Amino acid sequence: MIPAPFDYVRPADLDGALKILSEREGDAKVLSGGYSLIPLLKLRLAQPGLLVDIRDVAGLDGIVETDDELRIGGRATHRQINEHPIMVDRYPFIREVSGGIGDAQVRNWGTIGGSVAHADPASDWPAALLAANATIVCRGRGGERTIRAREFFLGTFTTAIEPTEVLTEIRIPRRTNGVGGGYTKLERRVGDFATVGVAAVVRLADGKIGRAGVGVTGVNDTPFAATDAESALAGAAPSEEAFRRAGEAAAAMSNPAADTRGSVEYKRAMVAEMTVRSLRRAVERALAFA
Amino acid sequence: MTTQHVTLTVNGETREADVEPRLLLVHLLRDVFGLTGTHIGCDTSNCGACTVHVDGQSAKSCTMLAVQANGATIRTIEGMADGAALHPLQQGFWDQHGLQCGFCTPGMIMQAAWLLDRNADPSEDEIRAGIAGNLCRCTGYVNIVKAIQQAAGELKASQSAPVVAASSVEGQAVSAEPASAG
Repeated sequence: MIPAPFDYVRPADLDGALKILSEREGDAKVLSGGYSLIPLLKLRLAQPGLLVDIRDVAGLDGIVETDDELRIGGRATHRQINEHPIMVDRYPFIREVSGGIGDAQVRNWGTIGGSVAHADPASDWPAALLAANATIVCRGRGGERTIRAREFFLGTFTTAIEPTEVLTEIRIPRRTNGVGGGYTKLERRVGDFATVGVAAVVRLADGKIGRAGVGVTGVNDTPFAATDAESALAGAAPSEEAFRRAGEAAAAMSNPAADTRGSVEYKRAMVAEMTVRSLRRAVERALAFA
Repeated sequence: MTTQHVTLTVNGETREADVEPRLLLVHLLRDVFGLTGTHIGCDTSNCGACTVHVDGQSAKSCTMLAVQANGATIRTIEGMADGAALHPLQQGFWDQHGLQCGFCTPGMIMQAAWLLDRNADPSEDEIRAGIAGNLCRCTGYVNIVKAIQQAAGELKASQSAPVVAASSVEGQAVSAEPASAG
């Protein structure tokens, strides 16, 4: 498959990239790792006139912890994230997400910023960022703005990012004592998009779930936060019964489409089950990180 | 549409071409440079037959533009053998009958080489996870795993120079991050 023709530039810095994006507004697309965009170009589902490759832009792939945030540069690849000492040391949830995306080659080149900006309705990172209450940093010529993950994913392949902006950073609340997360993905085969994926993050306090985040992918126009499940968990003891109630609430909020991966009923049932499994693991990890 | 000039190092040789930005890396390798050992299987980044190394990282060359690889160092299946002497992975696939039709083999070998660069002594599970992005419709993978295990053993034996022990390989996995891959 051959993409339609386009021009290609590889600016040396972010200002250069932002300048071109604003001069060619609507006609230019940012190219990061390429594992989401190039398939779209080949299928001619996207036909931009210009690709702005941000590969040479320095400073976009850092991974650091501040006093209250884990900050991941938009150009960080899934593998860089997965292997980073900070993740290996204390973010098993983030490792679980990054290590399960696509396959090794995809993880070598695909980036978190590319994946989040692409916003496939069945992609993994959005569910995790929703559950973790992350914020997404976008930079335009006028400056930087931060957008809550919960206000970022607007619809299928549609986000709050402007065509003249570059997604520069993901900020996740720093893991504190009593916090744990889990991500469970049901896929028919390796590298397939999630039939259903559910991310859960819980904060335990005094033996109870203080706050919970539940992000669901694959069963709606766009990944979404299962807020009814979160309410069901808040203040509850971390029990199988509470997990089941949350699973049912998440399933009720889903709006799956029947396709080759399963019927509507099957997918709803799987949302409930994946929610339970992620919550079990999240609580286990929260207890272990006290 | 205007073309752009690209310069790459392919299997140790400097190669140049004028390409349309939409040209895929796999087409540059096969159609322009004549390196047809890299195969096009699914053309949708699923099957891994087109796997090559770009700056040391395995990539599906059907999902990378030639212009993205401008300035990069590429290794393909043609760069594996040392003259008439097969690379231990090639020998392993031969000895263990790790192929039937052979279509997936170049990509499988390049992915296995990337895996062994980073993990000199992988378990069977690690091998299977490492080649999960490479599909074989003939063998059922059992002999492919054996081939990679044979090669791992051979590479370890040949690299048992005392000072360069496992620790340097370990370190490589985390720290030898080519800036261009980031």
